[in-house]
Amino acid sequence: MNYLVNIGLEVHVELLTQSKLFCGCSIKFGMPPNTQTCPVCLGLPGVLPVINEKAVEYAIYTALALHCKINQLCRFARKNYYYPDLPKNYQISQYEEPLARNGYLEFEVENKLKKIEIERIHLEEDAGKLIHGETKGNIQEKELSFVDYNRTGIPLMEIVSSPTISSPQEAYQYLTDLKRILRYLRVSDCNMEEGSLRCDANISLAPEGERMGTKTELKNMNSFKEIREGLSAEIKRQSYLLDKGEKIIQETRLWDAEKRRTRSMRSKEEAHDYRYFPEPDLLPLEIDKRRQQKVKAKIPEMPQERCQRFIIKYGLPPYDAGVLTESRNLADYFEECLESFPYYKQVSNWIMGEFLRLVKKENVAIDKVKVTPAQTGELLNYLKKGTISGKLAKLIFQEMFKTGKEAEEIIETGGLKQITDETSLEKVVGEVLKENPQGVNDFKAGKEKALGYLVGQIMKKTKGKANPQLVNRFLREKISNLPQ
Amino acid sequence: MELYKLSAYELHNLIKGKEVSVEEVVTSLLQRIKKVEERVKAFLSFYQKEALNEARKWDKKISGGEEVGPLAGIPIAIKDNLCLDSAETSCASNILKGFYPPYSATVLNKLNKAGTILLGKTNMDEFAMGSSTENSAFQITRNPWNLETAPGGSSGGSAAAVASGEVPFALGSDTGGSIRQPAALCGVVGLKPTYGRVSRYGLVAFASSLDQIGPIAKTVRDCAYLLQAISGKDELDSTSLDYPVSDYIQCLIPDLQGMKIGLPKEYFITGIEEEVKKKVITATKVIQELGAQIEEISLPHTKYAVATYYLIATAEASSNLARYDGVGYGYRTQERTNLIDMYKRSRQEGFGDEVKRRIMLGTYVLSKGYHDDYYGKAQRVRTLIKNDFDKAFKDFDAIITPTSPTVAFNLGEKTEDPLKMYLSDVFTISANLAGIPGISIPCGFNKNGLPIGLQILGKPFDEKTILRIAYAYEQNTEWHKRRPGI
Repeated sequence: MNYLVNIGLEVHVELLTQSKLFCGCSIKFGMPPNTQTCPVCLGLPGVLPVINEKAVEYAIYTALALHCKINQLCRFARKNYYYPDLPKNYQISQYEEPLARNGYLEFEVENKLKKIEIERIHLEEDAGKLIHGETKGNIQEKELSFVDYNRTGIPLMEIVSSPTISSPQEAYQYLTDLKRILRYLRVSDCNMEEGSLRCDANISLAPEGERMGTKTELKNMNSFKEIREGLSAEIKRQSYLLDKGEKIIQETRLWDAEKRRTRSMRSKEEAHDYRYFPEPDLLPLEIDKRRQQKVKAKIPEMPQERCQRFIIKYGLPPYDAGVLTESRNLADYFEECLESFPYYKQVSNWIMGEFLRLVKKENVAIDKVKVTPAQTGELLNYLKKGTISGKLAKLIFQEMFKTGKEAEEIIETGGLKQITDETSLEKVVGEVLKENPQGVNDFKAGKEKALGYLVGQIMKKTKGKANPQLVNRFLREKISNLPQ
Repeated sequence: MELYKLSAYELHNLIKGKEVSVEEVVTSLLQRIKKVEERVKAFLSFYQKEALNEARKWDKKISGGEEVGPLAGIPIAIKDNLCLDSAETSCASNILKGFYPPYSATVLNKLNKAGTILLGKTNMDEFAMGSSTENSAFQITRNPWNLETAPGGSSGGSAAAVASGEVPFALGSDTGGSIRQPAALCGVVGLKPTYGRVSRYGLVAFASSLDQIGPIAKTVRDCAYLLQAISGKDELDSTSLDYPVSDYIQCLIPDLQGMKIGLPKEYFITGIEEEVKKKVITATKVIQELGAQIEEISLPHTKYAVATYYLIATAEASSNLARYDGVGYGYRTQERTNLIDMYKRSRQEGFGDEVKRRIMLGTYVLSKGYHDDYYGKAQRVRTLIKNDFDKAFKDFDAIITPTSPTVAFNLGEKTEDPLKMYLSDVFTISANLAGIPGISIPCGFNKNGLPIGLQILGKPFDEKTILRIAYAYEQNTEWHKRRPGI
């Protein structure tokens, strides 16, 4: 039977603030356990939370970029449950009055435009991390559990979609586009491996034409691909049951990445009663129109718009524009290169080719690349003028990429300027022809390949500095002038 | 001269005039403590050595010509729910026994700056839950006026310490009357400031939307000095307000010309002892003679205050006290089979009965299906109670009521009947729900020589008016000069 699939996604991202949501502790990842804590995030008696305004700004910023309505007055609430990674045994979150509601995300999936509503965006604090089954060093000791509170209190932004995503692929695309936007806004690095982006899904199936079915909640998926896979597995499981005429039980299920299937975690009856109530330690948060305007003014051009602009303004093929606007830093790099070298397609080729190849090879973030856009533009100028060959340009660029040196400096000190001086080049050509009679004969006999060999020999002698066009011309001239 | 008998203001004048040294003051009080503490049991901990060292430091500074502020070198006691850096802060609970916070409450940093000398921390009802200090896990504090009676609570230790002359003044905390009621029952002055006037940072929370720290002293003037020192916005407490702090000393004038004071009829009916009622009415006549105009008013939602309070306060408490779970700090059970078992046993063994009762009440109040009927409704009634006051304060500068319906009751008299105990706060609770300031001052004694308290309630952030009325009354009566014969 055919079923209508309804998927809703709850995305949690850690915000890239300097400090935690309610205290001054650093949020740096990977530090030794419990070194980034204070009485506030440890939930010691008598301490009080103080809101991090930067986190609020980031949430407003994101909400506006996702076309949400900001609540002029929002409130924090306590979500009460016991767990050792939650030192206060309640999480400060938002419940009935979130920071923003009613936005949307528009994206392309299978060549169609899809618009998914964003139901709400709110702020909350992260919990700590449990480390199980270790001992203090003595092998005979009982295995213990430990808590690392470094993550406790890191600002999380929760983005909840409406349950109108209709396929696992659509969910995948929604997440990809959402991630790209969040990274464009620079509010989160959205790194699923480090846990700075997490996603839970709810999914229900209904026979076509009927109302929404019973949903299950899906947790524990550690990449977008796993989310897609987990959702597919859950669709299969649910439709199998529905086909048999069975009912879906409302429950929370875990994705088992090893067995590649979902399994039950807890039923609706076992679900927590979080006993939410307004957080009395914090005043309601007022976000007036002026503040919204101020934040709105800082929103950069979003990836889709920028991609369109690259196609229209620079005449780039859609594929190029897509690659270049994938990240805000890359698109910025591209446009900054144009300032010193305004040849769009050439810059695009260089960035998509050499630049991204080295970025990938050296595994550096684009904003950490040493060679500046202006330097790259300068190199491309040398290339265009013929001062250096394409092959040499690549070599020089590698050096620039590694050291951040100017192209000019590398060319000078390495004596890498192209030999364009005709007399000295003529001399080298003469020598090579003398030394390679076989090659000459082969070429004369019509083997075009032999010319390449001869060019190679000249390049070898000149350490790659010979201007290839000149070499070609000279070779052909000289050979045809040779006595029969 | 017996220095322990003096008020902080009198001590200040002697120190400033170099008639006595700070060391002499501290020594006198330590001797007084030695003499009476065994019977009163007001303190949970002492800082004798540190206090003497501090005293000598002050003496050196003073002889070096340093300016002597009004609180410089004056000994003080603080309630044990105020965190003091590296000093045990137990809230009179086994679950926090041996807890040494690595930080001090903002009020203590402020006092330190003002120069007070900390003598010790005082007993209280466990986590400030109670009205007699009998819920302390460690000891029973006795009322210095009659050792068979309770000092009131929850700041009973602080009130008893002041009344018995162990310290000139002290800090308490007030969630539903915990400063004012023990002050009344011990015959001293106690003030609960407006919610947001004093930082709560470092005060171990009972009910966050109701808790306030405030002074307990022998005189209104001492109260004013202490309030002056601890008031103000604190960046560490988002609920503290950036509202200008008045000069609480300048407002102390013994004249009430032009003032309009309301006398709410709802406070003179159920369960009030006849002698209490009589003394309070007599006091209003004195106040009238000082120039104030007194009229009967109505605060119609008063009868819902106790019920409302016990829904909101317990709901917040159930969440605030969830952190005492045996995981990170505080008491952890010795025997446990798993995590849930550890939680259960640690809390079962660590908390006392009243605390458990309130946690269960609060958990129930917030539970699915009951949330709106209890917590939601209580919040709406809270607003109505606040509106009652707002309305009254449009026409009146202050409101006068009895502080407590009874004088000090016998130890053990109400411990078996929590509801009876809860009614001990019937007149003080509304001020916490409405967030307004209130002060209790002595206004007489019953035939058994037990003190009676008068409560003056004021507009939000208008502590100066209630201080002025209290001061005028005090200056024209002799009650505050009487001391227990302990």
